[in-house]
Amino acid sequence: MTTTAAARRPRTRTALRHRLAERGVDRTLLLILPGALAVLALFCYPFLYGLQLSFQPAKGGVLGAYRAFFSDPFARKSIWSTFSLAIPASLINVGASVPISYRMRREFRGKRLLLAILVVPITLGTVLTAEGILEFYGPAGWFNRTLHWLGLADSPVHLTMNYTGVLLSLIISGFPFSYLLTHSYLSGIHPSLEKAAATLGAGWWQRFRHITFPLLLPGLMTTFCLSFVMAFAVFPSALMVGDPDGKTHVISIEVYQAALERFDYVQGCADAMIMTVLMLAVLAAVTGLRARLYSGATGGKG
Amino acid sequence: MTTVLPARPATTGPTAPPERRTLALRPGTWLAWAVLAFFFVNLAGVIATVLVNSFSRSWFNSWLPHGWTGDWYSHAWREFSLGQVLTTTIEVTLLVVVISLVLAVPASYALARRSFPGKKLVTTLFVLPILVPPIAYGIPLATVLYKVHLAGTITGVVLANLVPSIPFVVFTMTPFIEQIDPKIEAAARMCGASTWTVLTRILSPLLLPGMLAAGILVLVRTFGMFELTFLTSGPTSQTLIVSLFSAVNSAGIRAPQSVDAMAVIYTGSMAVLLLIALRFVNPTQLVARSSD
Repeated sequence: MTTTAAARRPRTRTALRHRLAERGVDRTLLLILPGALAVLALFCYPFLYGLQLSFQPAKGGVLGAYRAFFSDPFARKSIWSTFSLAIPASLINVGASVPISYRMRREFRGKRLLLAILVVPITLGTVLTAEGILEFYGPAGWFNRTLHWLGLADSPVHLTMNYTGVLLSLIISGFPFSYLLTHSYLSGIHPSLEKAAATLGAGWWQRFRHITFPLLLPGLMTTFCLSFVMAFAVFPSALMVGDPDGKTHVISIEVYQAALERFDYVQGCADAMIMTVLMLAVLAAVTGLRARLYSGATGGKG
Repeated sequence: MTTVLPARPATTGPTAPPERRTLALRPGTWLAWAVLAFFFVNLAGVIATVLVNSFSRSWFNSWLPHGWTGDWYSHAWREFSLGQVLTTTIEVTLLVVVISLVLAVPASYALARRSFPGKKLVTTLFVLPILVPPIAYGIPLATVLYKVHLAGTITGVVLANLVPSIPFVVFTMTPFIEQIDPKIEAAARMCGASTWTVLTRILSPLLLPGMLAAGILVLVRTFGMFELTFLTSGPTSQTLIVSLFSAVNSAGIRAPQSVDAMAVIYTGSMAVLLLIALRFVNPTQLVARSSD
């Protein structure tokens, strides 16, 4: 009795285990659990909590907080301010990275040093960059002084406490980021492809236009996405070097002020959800474009 | 312009690329260098202004300050209680590094070695915290932390900083583990090694460089992570960057030099971390957020 049961049970159990293992499900997968649970508890749960909280405003019904956001012209304008900063900043960053990293794609002396210096502004962080920008580009700073000394400007150019200041901070911390990414994508394209084109008589523009650029494009779109994510979430520098009550009243400032200055957590959560949806929409659009351009193409090393 | 195909230099070694000399010949290259140089001059200006100001007695409307002093550092140290802030910063970063490695390395092992139904879902779960802006999930997270009375404590700050760190370790480690040949583990098992032996004698030594790199990257990022720490920290759990921001934003009562002295302390610690980091990782690794 016991022997037959013992003989039968392991057989069925191994059968199930085998079937699962064939599809890749075995005990190794348990290793994912701690990390996934942590992300679920610390990211998904708060996010969903915020989502349901945003539907429970004190007044105005289920969608009251969202209606409040869109009916307040000042809050509504923050969407425009965010996009008018994030899109030019990421376009400038990616646009400048492509020709420069294309020119610099070969090995040369000091390249590693160059890359190392480029990392500096990323690690400095936005707060320090903003502090430096305030003083360097300020009315009495070295930049304006140099312009005056060179005779390029009679009165100090206003570069801080406005739109330009925030754009400058986004370029200073964002350009190295996109340059390094573009550089790593470019070095993933095998040089022999270009050499082959050169052998067939293609000029540098033809080589770039028809060989390198198409191969680089998926990587460029990823770079654009990531630098857009960074620029979209601009927060400390928009407060410090921008004009937080005017042209650089970006959506993250709106979120922050709702939640931690007016202590209206419901409104803050609703604004955060609007912010997330807007950003994911842009990412989905770029990713969709990327997938459409490159479905079925060969050799698209991203 | 296109005919510049250099002959192989006779004297250079086999590793020296022959293209090096063409760098001097093309106008486009000069333009690229000029743009980069302009960028570097501005960057150096931004950093140097802060540095010079932190040593200045007073600095108005002139190229260089009137008189130099190092007093602002001791002033800043006392005024912002930097000793405590630095202790908190180190405590938070180290905890985040250790916990995120412990939680994320096993997950990246499973993701690198297995393909299973729902893998896309798990990957999405790990991608989302990287893509969603910190402010956007930081506000709900802070709300939850306030509800469970963890906001304002070091635990709360560590928990908040784990959110971007775990996915970051996963996406740094997964490609690293993928390039370790699974046959090595299989061979050890063939020779009769138990799971524990495989883990300690085979996998750990192979994983160590990757874990070191991922750990240093998380260290640098947590040290510089502003938004999440800002949203979840209280007066006793501020890290250096948050206390720098508070000092700048409540300026007017404080001497700007004192704030700049703190900024220099921040930059200095960051530079040390960076120098350590660059010994172990590639510069591009510091920016790549996902394996994509």
